[in-house]
Amino acid sequence: MNDWIEIGSINDIPRRGARCVKTPQGKIAVFRTMEDQIFAIDDHCPHKGGPLSQGIVHGAAVTCPLHNWVISLETGKALGADEGSVRTIAIKLDGDRILALLELAAVAAE
Amino acid sequence: MKKQKLIIVGNGMAPGRALEHLFELAPDAYDVTIFNAEPRVNYDRIMLSPVLSGEKEFEEIIIHGDGWYIKHGIMLYKGHKVVNIDRAAKTVTSDAGTTESYDKLLIATGSSPFILPVPGNNLPGVLTYRDLDDVRAMLLAAQSRARAIVIGGGLLGLEAAAGLKSRDMDVTVLHVMPTLMERQLDPAAGYLLEKAVEQRGIRVMTKASTKEIIGEKKVEGVLLADGTVLPADLVVMAVGIRPNGALAKEAGLEFNRGIVTDAGMRTSDPDIFAIGECAEVGGQCYGLVAPLYEMARVVAAQLAGNGDAAFVHSETPTKLKVTGINVFSVGDLGEGDDRQEIVLRDASAGIYKRLVLKDDRIIGTVLYGETSDGAWFHDLTKKRTDISEMRDTLIFGQSYQGGSPLDPMAAVAALPDDAEICGCNGVCKGKITGAITGKGLTSLDDVRAHTKASASCGSCTGLVEQLLSLTLGDTYNPAAVTPMCSCTSLSHDDVRRLIKAKQLKSIPEVMQELEWKTSCGCAKCRPALNYYLVADWPDEYADDYQSRFINERVHANIQKDGTYSVVPRMWGGVTNSKELRAIADVVDKFDIPAVKVTGGQRIDMLGIKKEDLPAVWADLGKAGFVSGQAYAKGLRTVKTCVGTDWCRFGTQDSTGLGIRIEKFMWGSWTPAKVKMAVSGCPRNCAEATCKDVGIICVDSGYEIHFAGAAGLDIKGTEVLGLVKTEDEALEHVVALTQMYREQGRYLERIYKWAKRVGLDEIRRQIMGDAQKRKAYFDRFVFSQKFAQVDPWSERVSGVDKHEFQPMATIGFHQAAE
Repeated sequence: MNDWIEIGSINDIPRRGARCVKTPQGKIAVFRTMEDQIFAIDDHCPHKGGPLSQGIVHGAAVTCPLHNWVISLETGKALGADEGSVRTIAIKLDGDRILALLELAAVAAE
Repeated sequence: MKKQKLIIVGNGMAPGRALEHLFELAPDAYDVTIFNAEPRVNYDRIMLSPVLSGEKEFEEIIIHGDGWYIKHGIMLYKGHKVVNIDRAAKTVTSDAGTTESYDKLLIATGSSPFILPVPGNNLPGVLTYRDLDDVRAMLLAAQSRARAIVIGGGLLGLEAAAGLKSRDMDVTVLHVMPTLMERQLDPAAGYLLEKAVEQRGIRVMTKASTKEIIGEKKVEGVLLADGTVLPADLVVMAVGIRPNGALAKEAGLEFNRGIVTDAGMRTSDPDIFAIGECAEVGGQCYGLVAPLYEMARVVAAQLAGNGDAAFVHSETPTKLKVTGINVFSVGDLGEGDDRQEIVLRDASAGIYKRLVLKDDRIIGTVLYGETSDGAWFHDLTKKRTDISEMRDTLIFGQSYQGGSPLDPMAAVAALPDDAEICGCNGVCKGKITGAITGKGLTSLDDVRAHTKASASCGSCTGLVEQLLSLTLGDTYNPAAVTPMCSCTSLSHDDVRRLIKAKQLKSIPEVMQELEWKTSCGCAKCRPALNYYLVADWPDEYADDYQSRFINERVHANIQKDGTYSVVPRMWGGVTNSKELRAIADVVDKFDIPAVKVTGGQRIDMLGIKKEDLPAVWADLGKAGFVSGQAYAKGLRTVKTCVGTDWCRFGTQDSTGLGIRIEKFMWGSWTPAKVKMAVSGCPRNCAEATCKDVGIICVDSGYEIHFAGAAGLDIKGTEVLGLVKTEDEALEHVVALTQMYREQGRYLERIYKWAKRVGLDEIRRQIMGDAQKRKAYFDRFVFSQKFAQVDPWSERVSGVDKHEFQPMATIGFHQAAE
């Protein structure tokens, strides 16, 4: 079952930066763009698993720190000539609070 | 109708151009066979100088590749020299024994370099400068960095000298006349040219008459008429050319200085034509490309059946193709009672302009230093324009006619449609603008392909680009500039220049003022901009961590599994038991899986989790360690040997100097990483001669090296110079680094930067100009005030805490509960 879970405040993330959230399904990377848009995707580049949260954020995209793949934060898809995609996680804002649509069913069951 | 057989002897630029015209005019008239003594396709001989200097590859100067010959059904015999023409049987025979018959024969055997008739002129090591084989031989000789002597200070000789110099040879030009290029330049311009050539480190000896080339088995030197002996390993003769006419003479064709033709390029045999440097038309032989192309046009029309096509003599401007030296000359420069002249000299700017006037008309033009008005002056000459009205301001150029100065764009706009833009190929303005609009051309390459303008020597490239932007407006994007990234059309150099000129002091400001195409850049331009701003405004710019690559943001090196490695500084590679114990303790405490000694004489701890980094640094910091910046586009290591402390061969305290340099320079950001080394003697145990900057200690002082590489490329260093004291060594190394910091493009290593700006220029500024050196040094010291902050202790004390902790941990609590 998916729930809106609070994962932090917009002020916790620098503009054009990212923070990680650890979940039972793996790390997710939460990004804040120059225009204060918030996106969340798996912190795992489709190429060689690089930590996308560590990359340089530009526009609504991030460049992976390992081999410079550029991943769209909106779609999770690799941009340019590369092919691949990562899971995107729905986000909503309540004031400064960031809520993510995360699956807690697995957690509850454990 | 059955096709006629056309045989061409020679495969240079003139017959190549003639065929292009012929296929346009009469595509199916001839079966074409070419005999080429050179074993290759048709290439642009004008561009041999850039091949020699390394600015271009041979493949880039090919005019017609093999595919062109196949497409047009041409039989090309490569490496076949024609040895006989049988006019009665109408056949030609090559040295390989091939005989072919013709209906029409075109002789384009070109010319041969003139060889001075002096003893020793056939020794190995004596070359001419004519074809690709000559260039290859020179490049081979240049590898040994030997001494070269170029005989002949004309166009070709100076281009050869500049090319050899850029290949790091020691070059001397011998010229028999009192000033260089005396046939095209007056003595004043010749003198300026001589100074400019000497400034590039090329020795010039005028009034030097060669008596003999000396050597036993190969060239060893040149003996001059005055008794001087100049040692040399390579001698290049560039004293002139003579038309190749032996074949035509033997065939009984009329021959004077060249193969005599009528204005239709027809020889004394009506079925045989001659064009190019071997032809003599109207009593004159030609060597520059524009008239040769005119011959090609005429002969093609004749072959296509237009008997009226005729060659008309026109003056061709001379331009020297040596990067950075601008010379333009055309027409009659002699003095006389019926002539007047206008001269402009600007000594400090190195500008000299002279117009020779007769009856209120320009008959000769020499421009040195500033040549952009050459086309305009030449146009006034060709049109015999009466200049008495604008005489007072004539010398200042077209922009100053009629009131206020115009910008260069307006000057081009003001040119009439029949003004010649490309002298090599005789292309006028109207033809270029017509092709741009008529054929929808959008780039310089398009224009070159369709009109040939700027396709030969390239000196009119600027004008053609202005015509492109004039005709296309904003849609023209100059292709000559490689932009930083797809966010801008500006190059790295332009951005650096504009940051300084417009006083731009933040990334958003740069993007706003320079009209970035994206809202906040990309992973290519942002780190570059951040570096440029840090380097240019050390005290004012606030470093933008979000524009730094992760390694520089968290001060550790990311590994393939997302963990990090940590390398503390070990000054000069020297350590002790206390430090080693502290490292051992950290390894145990944080369960660090791998420890490795690096190539830069320090210790790398690999596999550290990001969350552990601040604690690891805290423990290392207590033992006195600071960040080794093994991740930085900045000073990495200064590798040393033990020098006079221990080594029986050591000549200086190399360890001490290495540590001194590292302590002085650590923390500085540079365009790309900088690795240094100091070796205590020429045995070079610290391997200083493949570093970005290296010092070899010798008895008499310190030999400073730079521009080495041992990564993707392997390259030995170049010598900057020798200094006597340790203080001087430090000052020179620091000044060199600062010069690189101010000029280097982001991610451009020192050896690439040095290649781009020229080793001599760097030597001149750092070794030769004490004032400049001191200024560089001072700017470096100033910027260090803001840079020498240990990033590890900063982070231990709480800076950028968010970097190292997850924002939240979701789910696990509930699971545990």
